[in-house]
Formats: sequence, structure tokens, C-alpha cells
Amino acid sequence: MTAQTVPARPDEDDASLRAVPWRRMAGVTWRQHRIALAGTAVLLGALAVWLWRIGASLHNAYAAAVACHPASSAACQNLVNNFNVSATNHAMGSKGAGGILLQVLPVLIGAFAGAPVLARELETGTFRYAWTQGFGRWRWALAKLVLLAVVLAAATAAFGALVSWYYQPEFDTGHQALGLYQNSPLVTLFSLREVTFPAWTLAAFTMGALAGMLIRRVLPAIVATLAVYTGLAFAAGSFLREHYLTPLATTSSNFNLPGAGTAWTISQWSTKGGRVAFAGGYPPMSLVNQFCSSLSPGKQGPGDPFAQCLAQHGYTQWTSYQPASRFWPFQWIEGGWLLALSALLIAITVVLVHRRAT
Amino acid sequence: MNVIEASALGKRYRGTWALRECTLAIPAGRVTALVGPNGAGKSTLLNLAVGLSTPSAGAVTVLGGRRAGSPAALDGIAFVAQDTPLYRTLSVADMIYIARSLNRRFDQPYAKARLDDLGIPLKRKAGKLSGGQQAQLALTLALARRPRLLVLDEPVAMLDPVARHDFMATVLAAASADGVSVLLSSHVLTELERVAGYLILLARGRVQLAGEVGDLLAAHGRASLEELAMAYLRETTPEVTR
Repeated sequence: MTAQTVPARPDEDDASLRAVPWRRMAGVTWRQHRIALAGTAVLLGALAVWLWRIGASLHNAYAAAVACHPASSAACQNLVNNFNVSATNHAMGSKGAGGILLQVLPVLIGAFAGAPVLARELETGTFRYAWTQGFGRWRWALAKLVLLAVVLAAATAAFGALVSWYYQPEFDTGHQALGLYQNSPLVTLFSLREVTFPAWTLAAFTMGALAGMLIRRVLPAIVATLAVYTGLAFAAGSFLREHYLTPLATTSSNFNLPGAGTAWTISQWSTKGGRVAFAGGYPPMSLVNQFCSSLSPGKQGPGDPFAQCLAQHGYTQWTSYQPASRFWPFQWIEGGWLLALSALLIAITVVLVHRRAT
Repeated sequence: MNVIEASALGKRYRGTWALRECTLAIPAGRVTALVGPNGAGKSTLLNLAVGLSTPSAGAVTVLGGRRAGSPAALDGIAFVAQDTPLYRTLSVADMIYIARSLNRRFDQPYAKARLDDLGIPLKRKAGKLSGGQQAQLALTLALARRPRLLVLDEPVAMLDPVARHDFMATVLAAASADGVSVLLSSHVLTELERVAGYLILLARGRVQLAGEVGDLLAAHGRASLEELAMAYLRETTPEVTR
């Protein structure tokens, strides 16, 4: 260590004063945050083992079903059923305790790692120590936040890749909708993939850091982070995601059939003579009574019986949708704005550290 | 050179002036005692000097004209805050590692030798040390930075008499042997008697008295620093905290 060899008397020359190297913060950050980092590693590691074990059996069941010949034989149908049953049982992006745990994983990791970074220092008074060292306080805050953010992003990206691997057999069977969208805006596999999982974790981490700087206490900062994150995740799933790219519109009724890729339907409406006749997938009762009174409402058939009936009277049903092929653009758009948000939150936090007057 | 220069320095918290109209020049190479009752503005002045807070009025420079809180100022000043905040869950060795990493200079052999002399084990968690040991650890980490100015905010307020004596002995040794300028605040007057060469008396956010201890005693006809301070504090505050 060079620090031992410099003369005990400080040099008097300001011009020779070089900043303490950034890399020194790596060891400092590790020593101060090893419990949070180790906790994250244990949590992600345990879940990864669990996903890996179930995922391996799903992959085996899928491989067995695909390899079976002839495909129409009873034995092969059995294998296909086996796969379908276990795939449904283990679709943990959407339901069950495992699914809920995966959904809250980004905010759990982010809030518990991010909120204490500054709040703990402010709560215990150690900021008076850290901020009066030669390293300088805004550099100290920036180095810490960026280092922790990079480590968390790497770990959660790897975990997101594992989640994608886990679902690979289901994607292969044409259930791409799992990738883009599920019925609940909050509980969706879309935010658990390679790009979005680390992006949401980073957003939670940086929210936690800023909340800690503003609130100055660890637990309230964690609670605030959970609340804000939940709001943002809900807003993204309910309002933002469907607008990432302009939806396509089609009059075809079979755009959503297996083979064409499973699309995410955004909205439906019908036109007559070039003008919108009614919005939504179902016609108003007056139209039904006028033209399609012979159809019983509860009956389900191929296609949409009302649409087919009204089509004979000059109505055209439109559907706007996001095709499954947009999965990766959507991943990068969501990852991009979350990364920009995280960078902004880090910048605000560092400026506040720089300016904070006690 | 002056280690701290303040001109019309003021700090306001939510409309209340914690420190105002403070004009000072604290000479280098001395042990300066900042004396006053609780709430007199001592911590406020020290926080301004080390750059933890920013002035509401006036200006303060350190180490011969450097802006308080600037990299050059931080580099030359070691600060031990009130109640010596340490990372309680970290070991003494980790505290040394962090102090060494965050500063351009750090005399690690000195730090380890001194902690060894004091019987403070490197593996012990900082939070498990006694109050006196925590204060000594904080002081050691500060001195190992080889600062030009050592700033201590109420360093002995929480210590028992033996720990208090040992702590001040270390500070004095650093001041006399290594020529470190020292600025320390206290509302306990007794242990300042032996050490302080320069005195600043604060009360109700204003400087009441500042100067060489010897000159002040002669000018005011007082036998001791304590007597002098008490006389002034009686005049300016309804009660004195000892």
C-alpha cells in the first residue's frame, strides 16, 4: 500500500493533490454491504436451485414428448399430456407461492439493498465519518451506488436468464403470450426476463437509495420504496407497456390462433361503412336483437359468432394487438426506460449528498 | 497560517440562528479549545469548518484559504464527530481498511501499533468496544491520516475520567510531537486547562471571547481558564452546563 510509504508530513502543494482512486471504493463497498450482497446471493441461489430442479424435469418431459414417434400413438399422447400437466402446474410466473415470490423479488432485493446505503449512515451518524474522509462525499456516494447497482444487475440478469430457460419448453409449444403478456398487469412473466428483471431490480435499488437519502431512516425508506415500486409496476403493466410500440390492427379473426404466434390483444371495435359503429369485442344488445337474435349469448363456437353474424350485415370487426414477435423490442424498451430512470435517481441522490447541509 | 478563518459566518436552522456574526482566525500549531454551554453553536461551527454543512451567511476557509469541504480541505483535516460514530458491525481491522482506502495518506503501521498498545483487538467489532476504546479507535483512525488539523467535537463528553485523561494525553502528544493543529470543543472545562493554548468562548451562537489563553487570563485578571470561562458564561447565560 502506497499510503505507508509517503512521508508522514503532508505535502503543502495543492497542485500535486490527486484524488483518491475510484477503485478503492470496491473493497469499502464490499465490507460495508457484504451482508446485503451475501443475502441477495443466498436468496437468488436457493431460488435458482429450485427453478433448476423443476425446470430440468420440465425440459425432460418436453424432450420425451417431442422425440416420441409416431406422434399420434396413445403412448405419445400420454407424454404430451404429462408435459402439459406439469407445465401448467409449474407456471410460476403467474400463480402460486413461487410465482408471487418471483414477482416481488426485484423490489425485495432492491429495497433491502438500496434503502440502507444512505439511510443507515444518516440514521447512525456515520455519515459524519464517511463524508469527511479524503475521498469526498459525492464521489463516495456515486462509487457505492454504481458498484452495488452493477453487481445487483449482473446477478439478477443471470437469474432472469434462468427464468427464460425454465419456460423455454412452453415458449416452444407456441405459448409466446406467456412472454409478452398475462392477464394480470401486476403478475406477469414479462418483468422476470433477462432484461426486465435486472432493470426492475435497479429501479427498486435506486428508489431505495433516494428514499433513504430523503427520509434518513432505513425502515421507512424501505416501506416507501415498496409503495412507490408497486405503483410504478402497476402503472407499467396497466397503462404503459401496451403503448411501447403502435399496436397493429387487423380484421382477421384468426390472427391469434396457435401457429401465428400468440398475440396480446389491446382492444377491439367494429366499423360499418368506414365509421366506428361500436367499441369493444361485444356488440350492444340493440344490434344483437336486431340482427342476431337467433344466437344464444352463452354459446361458444369457432371464431366469434356475433362478429360472423354482424359481418353479414356490413359490420367489420377490428382488433388491435401487439404481435408476439415484439417480445424483444418490448424487453429493451422497458429495460431502457427503467435504466434511464435508475441513472436519474442515482444522479439525484448523488447531488443531494453533495449539497446536503446538516 | 491560520487553520480556520471565518468572516461573518452564520448558520440558521429553520429560522433560528445557531451561529451568527462569527469572525475568527485560529492560528496553526496550537491546541484550540472551543468552549461554551450546550447549544452555544460549537458543533455548528465545527460542522461548517469540516464541510459537513454549508453557511447561511458569511464564509469559512481552512488550512490557509481552502474552501471548507473542498477535496484539499478534506485531505488535510481529520474530524472526530460527537459520540465518535463508527460502523458498529464492522471489525476494527475493517475500520482501518476503510480509513486507509478513503484517504491519500494513512499510516497503517502507526494505527496498528497504537491499537496494540491500547489492547484493542483488530478482530473485535467496533460496536463491542467500550466507550473509551471506541473514542481511542476514532482518534487513532484520525491521527493515522497524518492530518494538519485535527478537529474533535466533544471528544470526551461520554468518557470516564481515566479514559478522558488517556484520550487527551494522546491528543497532546500528537500536537506537541507531530505539530498537528488541534481544534476541540467541549463543555467540560477541567481537562482543557492543561492542553489549550488558544481559546474561543461561544455562547448563544456568538463568539464571546477569542485569543491566546495566556493573554486572555492576564487581560481579565483570572487565575485559570476555567475561572475565566465561568465568569463569562455566568454573564451571558442563565445557567452553565458542566
